[in-house]
Amino acid sequence: MKITNKEVDYAARLARLELSAEEKEKYSAQLESILKYIDKLNELDTSGVKPTSHVMDIVNVWRKDISARSSEELVENILANAPERSGNFYKVKKIIE
Amino acid sequence: MDFETVIGLEVHAQLKTDSKIFCSCPTEFGKGENTNICPVCTGQPGVLPVLNEKAVEFIAKTGLALNCRVNTRSIFARKQYFYPDLPKNYQISQYELPVCESGFVDIKIDKETKRIRVHRIHLEEDAGKLLHAIGARELDHSLVDYNRTGVPLMEIVSEADMRSPEEAYQYLSALKNILEYLGVSDCDMEEGKFRCDANISLRPYGQKEFGTKAELKNMNTLKGVREALEHEVERQAEILSAGGKIIQETRLWDAGLGETRSMRVKEEAHDYRYFPEPDLVPIELDEKYVSAVKAGLPELPEARSNRFAAELGLSEYDASVLTSEKPLADYFEAALPEKDAAKLTANWVISELLGRLNASGTNINTSPVGPENLRGLLKLIQNGTISGKIAKTVFDDMFNTGKNAGTIVEEKGLTQISDEAALAKLCGEAIAETPKAVEEYRSGKERALGSLVGVVMKKTQGKANPGLVNKILKEKLS
Repeated sequence: MKITNKEVDYAARLARLELSAEEKEKYSAQLESILKYIDKLNELDTSGVKPTSHVMDIVNVWRKDISARSSEELVENILANAPERSGNFYKVKKIIE
Repeated sequence: MDFETVIGLEVHAQLKTDSKIFCSCPTEFGKGENTNICPVCTGQPGVLPVLNEKAVEFIAKTGLALNCRVNTRSIFARKQYFYPDLPKNYQISQYELPVCESGFVDIKIDKETKRIRVHRIHLEEDAGKLLHAIGARELDHSLVDYNRTGVPLMEIVSEADMRSPEEAYQYLSALKNILEYLGVSDCDMEEGKFRCDANISLRPYGQKEFGTKAELKNMNTLKGVREALEHEVERQAEILSAGGKIIQETRLWDAGLGETRSMRVKEEAHDYRYFPEPDLVPIELDEKYVSAVKAGLPELPEARSNRFAAELGLSEYDASVLTSEKPLADYFEAALPEKDAAKLTANWVISELLGRLNASGTNINTSPVGPENLRGLLKLIQNGTISGKIAKTVFDDMFNTGKNAGTIVEEKGLTQISDEAALAKLCGEAIAETPKAVEEYRSGKERALGSLVGVVMKKTQGKANPGLVNKILKEKLS
């Protein structure tokens, strides 16, 4: 598949990345070579292979439904990582619904 | 032109677990913003989500109650989008291989049973809450509270099988009732624990393809869903009749104005780029697990209604009214003094109690007359202490004061008079005082006996045993 600037723009917008013209050139070439490799893998007959959804062969890793509230100190440490805060709220740019 | 309405519903029900779906934070609210948060649900780097086993049990229960297939294998997926209520920039949800698929709910429409198919049920985590104003003051920024982030939800997606707003209402009521019977969700719509989005489109009768749909959001009550759909049917019919086209969009219901309005967001194609969640391993539910869950299913509304009809001899109507809400059915069973009193109890619960509750704007959960209290009153009627008529005034007192029936009857001296000698004396007086009625009765007018009974009742402030008075009067006049 040929990757043009249009596909790179689309992927960049979905990932909220701002790319320069040079970067777009560079990434379209790299993405194209990655997809070419996938095409190569597609030549293999995988009709008898189960689709992989997880690399480890384990299932049902569960925990009991027991609740525990974080300490005030831990909450404070989490909030300290907020880009901006207002009291105990995370503060963000105005979102209009 | 007449159009056929096509409706499909997506319901998000909050699961009634103590802890969140992938971490141990409590799900209960009310402790202040951002207190129920931890590194996992706020998406700090390097953390590992671990699935809550109760959430699995609850969705399997729901699937079985909704006649679904519980998949042997299911997996989680990342749904990716940017929005500040989602700290990881993806929501852990399910895409391919949900836990449950292909079920149905039967509803009653004009006394006919109609089957509404359930497409799938999957698990996902809830997002946080955004605040745009504090009270009436509009903010120039938005505030985020992540307490709700990671609370377990199950999304129940129906097929587009409903053909009227009423069918959608009946489906939602039945679904809510089943979830309440199962005890897997509180289903409180106003608290957002049971949310419904509706897809609705119209098409000319006979057309196979669906018309262009609108998605309706922001309905906070079951009736609100029905009203929003009714309004949308009219709006779309008007556009189509005028030769216009429906725009595929999301519309918000405004309950105050009674109309839907477009969200007017830039319609960029959603591209969620789902992929298998690498942090969570697959769920495998074998036959043993599923049959254990099945064995633990409680009696569901339909079975309970059938039992009320078969074992207690209630009419189909009474049985279905009483089981239409779990708390009501529980109340009825707790108030029932004995099997033989089923019809009496059903009448009292359906007409007297529900009537009073509706009139006073309360509901069965906050009834001032509890089931034990009503049972006390019913026993007094059964053993002849008070007449059915007096019981109604006693019930009014109970409702207003919260006192129990025995106390009120004693305090007000309302005990029924069944002393034959005393009643015989009063009947004699009545006959002497009302010669006209006596003459009419003797000339063959059976009805005239009623006025004589009335006289005795008046003399006893309604406390005389009416059956006994009837009997004595007839004897005296024969």
